[in-house]
Amino acid sequence: MTGSAWEVVIGLEIHAQLATRSKIFSGASTAYGAEPNTQACLVDLGYPGVLPVLNEEVVRMAAMFGLAVNAAVAPRSVFARKNYFYPDLPKGYQISQYELPIVEHGELYIEDADGNEKRIGITRAHLEEDAGKSIHEGLDKSSGIDLNRTGTPLLEIVSEPDMRSAKEAIAYMRKIHTIVRYLGISDGNMQEGSFRCDANVSVRPRGQEEFGTRAELKNLNSFRFIEKAINFEVERQIELIEEGREVVQETRLYDSDRDETRPMRSKEEANDYRYFPDPDLLPVEISAEYIESVRQQLPELPDAKKQRFVAEYGLRDEDAGILTASRAVADYFEDAAAATEAPAQLVANWIMGELSGALNREGLEIGDSKVSAAELAGMLSRIHDSTISGKIAKQVFEAIWGGEGTADAVIEAKGLKQITDSSAIEAVVDKVIAANPSQAADYRAGKDKLIGYFVGQVMKETRGQANPAQVNQILKDKLGN
Amino acid sequence: MSLSKEQVQHIAMLARLELTDDEYAESVAKLSRIVDFVDQLSQADTDGVIPMAHPLDAAQRLRPDVVTERIERDRYQENAAAVAGGLYLVPKVIE
Amino acid sequence: MSDNHQELHARSLTELAAGLDGGEFTSVELTQSLLERIARLDGQLNAFITVTADEALAAAERADEARAAGTGGVLNGLPIVHKDIFCTSGVKTTCGSRMLDNFVSPYDATVVEKLDAAGAIFLGKSNMDEFAMGSSNETSYFGPVNNPWNAECSPGGSSGGSAAAVAARLAPAATGTDTGGSIRQPAALTGTVGIKPTYGRVSRYGMIAFASSLDQAGVITRTAEDAARMLGVMAGFDARDSTSIDHPVPDYVAGLSKSVKGLRVGVVRQHFDEGLDEQCGVRVHEAIAVLESLGATTVEVDLPNLDLSVPTYYVVAPAECSSNLSRFDGVRFGHRAENAEDLMDLYCRSRGEGFGDEVKRRIMTGTYVLSAGYYDAYYLKAQQVRHLIADDFKKAFSDVDVIAGPTSPTPAFRLGDKIDDPITMYLNDIYTIGANLAGLPGMSVPCGFVDDLPVGLHLVAAHFDEETLLQCTHQYQQHTDWHLACPEAFK
Repeated sequence: MTGSAWEVVIGLEIHAQLATRSKIFSGASTAYGAEPNTQACLVDLGYPGVLPVLNEEVVRMAAMFGLAVNAAVAPRSVFARKNYFYPDLPKGYQISQYELPIVEHGELYIEDADGNEKRIGITRAHLEEDAGKSIHEGLDKSSGIDLNRTGTPLLEIVSEPDMRSAKEAIAYMRKIHTIVRYLGISDGNMQEGSFRCDANVSVRPRGQEEFGTRAELKNLNSFRFIEKAINFEVERQIELIEEGREVVQETRLYDSDRDETRPMRSKEEANDYRYFPDPDLLPVEISAEYIESVRQQLPELPDAKKQRFVAEYGLRDEDAGILTASRAVADYFEDAAAATEAPAQLVANWIMGELSGALNREGLEIGDSKVSAAELAGMLSRIHDSTISGKIAKQVFEAIWGGEGTADAVIEAKGLKQITDSSAIEAVVDKVIAANPSQAADYRAGKDKLIGYFVGQVMKETRGQANPAQVNQILKDKLGN
Repeated sequence: MSLSKEQVQHIAMLARLELTDDEYAESVAKLSRIVDFVDQLSQADTDGVIPMAHPLDAAQRLRPDVVTERIERDRYQENAAAVAGGLYLVPKVIE
Repeated sequence: MSDNHQELHARSLTELAAGLDGGEFTSVELTQSLLERIARLDGQLNAFITVTADEALAAAERADEARAAGTGGVLNGLPIVHKDIFCTSGVKTTCGSRMLDNFVSPYDATVVEKLDAAGAIFLGKSNMDEFAMGSSNETSYFGPVNNPWNAECSPGGSSGGSAAAVAARLAPAATGTDTGGSIRQPAALTGTVGIKPTYGRVSRYGMIAFASSLDQAGVITRTAEDAARMLGVMAGFDARDSTSIDHPVPDYVAGLSKSVKGLRVGVVRQHFDEGLDEQCGVRVHEAIAVLESLGATTVEVDLPNLDLSVPTYYVVAPAECSSNLSRFDGVRFGHRAENAEDLMDLYCRSRGEGFGDEVKRRIMTGTYVLSAGYYDAYYLKAQQVRHLIADDFKKAFSDVDVIAGPTSPTPAFRLGDKIDDPITMYLNDIYTIGANLAGLPGMSVPCGFVDDLPVGLHLVAAHFDEETLLQCTHQYQQHTDWHLACPEAFK
């Protein structure tokens, strides 16, 4: 980057698909992956004569989101039509909210580069219907239109231009991602397009008050791409300005194969969406009592949960952050911690270490884990009461993962119980010292580090089952002579 | 107020309507007349009047989140001029 | 069939119901006789776009069976006509447009479903102005409809086919839709009864939208009593229409016999200003005098913003229509241009070819008034004036029960007379448009003739007070016989 002469300004528009069973304005299913157009009913197809009726669940979900980001939930919001022609938009207009959105003036906090808390304003969040999909592959001179996704409810969350780097943008987006999943209002699946983002990016000379001309980046469907696209775009804009040229206000598409952004080719004339209130829908009215009832349904949110994990379980701040990034992981942690005497930090370490590794390896979500929270807790209890060592535990964990039963059953069946009988350990230690006279001499001459070698040899002799603390102590005693 | 041919062309473009040259000439004249006619509205004193989007003062009713539609794709597609593999076809779209 | 079947067509819906109930004839006989009549006479009118003879006869058979089993609905076996704006499952639904010349609806409109469930037999789909945009039926892709009273005249529009069919005794009742007067004006011009209920009273689901905040389905018949029967079936809440209002439907027929004694009739001063044909004015005053003779009192009322109702309408309706008609893009249904070069070409030519002049004009007007820079001056301003007009009515209804006046400024005009000047055509609806803007129920009832052409009395009532309109017109018809007059060629 061209140094700190330039300041980057980023605002995000996040589209979160709401996890309803049926569509926002019709009774067709929202399930993903059906055969083309088998989930597009007459309302979704924009057939002559059909009319929209609003799904009550989307109102509840939007209100929930509003409360979660400390925003105002509007007592009266209005659906408007955004008029433009495109093949994936069957009615020739998208039903959205324009002047009176359902949520306004929210905020959330992220950590900036210096580790300080930074507020990001949420201008608004409004409800709208998703469009269908154009398919270009496999058709010669045509594009194919699949309208299954048409009418899927979206919450469009618009931030203030408060972010100053790609990193901040990612942190904000992750935070929103976490919140919508916590609330259970979106599955946040980026691959299936249920969580998408457009970024408005501009640069300005540091210290300048007014914003530079912005470009809108589309098609940002992974956290990695967002970062790359923003960084590319920032470089491009700075280069343009430094060469004495101008940034054009336009929509640009991120091409992940080439890692670049380019202007969209569709020769749209200057868009004039001709928004006006949709006469087929009436104003949505939300009472204070309703908002209160939604507030009662709010789960504990990530920030609050993180603070509680630090206070209640004594976890490291960073670990609490990792565990609370997903509600399912946090729940797993709390279930496991409640079921064992082992220290919470040990529970946390195992979830972030072995468990997370195994899940990644097999591409599973924590909800599909082959080791349940109770099973993990059972095993951690055996570490805690010294039945097994941490090292043996890894072997036990793999066996549980492989379906060989509970920790106790595995330890029993494989004879993995830790040796804590001092005389048995002493015998092995004696044997090892006798077999390594020169090392013993070196140790005694001051090469303290050799203790590790001896521990290794003892553990090898006992197939890892000797209690490491005891081995250490006995070795020191014997070698110290 | 009279509309120019360029204005009418822009409107026809926004509305995705192809017009012949004769139709343009007629549209310019007739649309100008209509616009003149509706310009009468500017005389009305509407200071502080709330715009009325609906004839009745009612609120949106909400539908339970239930899947109710049975979809007969093939039947619906009988009305479409070009389909293949369940997809509606349009000339190739370049993004 | 006995001789008296010859005159089945002359009977009202109510009389036909009695005949069916009394076993005087069957629904199959009745249906057959009307189908024969349509086949014989519609060549002079062009009132039908589609005649569903086979379906109608099959339905009539089922109705006769239901009657025998004692299970028929309230309109069991009675033939009616649907305006071709209502989607009818498995039957071509054109909306009077080339755009939908090939369109077979896969579903029934709620209105169709309800009338079907009540046992009504539908004989066919009636001609109309394209997408209901017109006041003369001349914008139909399927050609104009001729007025049964004078073939050189327009029957009015947009529900001109429905009105002509009922006036010519091809059917006792027909559905219609009314966005600015499209039921009431053709009713007046053909000597029939037409009612546009309160906005939200009848479901709009399956009715191809013109202007969503103004469109309302209603009915054209020859008597108020028939209209009451039809409306009783059509009205009511529909969960598929967000603008449908959950308000109980009274027994309209039961309310008809109430006297109009003490009814306060508002007479609008502005209604009798310049623009109204003098003789029409005389007929309307005579009709109001009949109501007075029955015990009603008249009060002069003021609708100060009446003259703004037409310009308001011609901003609001085109704005909504420009958006409503965007779905006709040649992709999923409707006309598709051949050999399109690209997407833009497909859109522009499919729409350019599929829509007629008036529809294109309204789409362009609507696009213009909503476009950047003009929205506030036109669309928003019109919404504000709409509020003023609604308030005028509200104020008037604090003093009166109904407002009476002419339905149309002139009797039926000649085909071709007004089609070239949109403004002259638009001004035809000056007396009816206010009810649409304010969402009020309105009704036209025949009240005499000028130069052998029928004239209509227009009544408007407060929201959800269709009962008063029906009661008032029924009482009027009990004491007049204008509705019994039949055009010579269709006796």
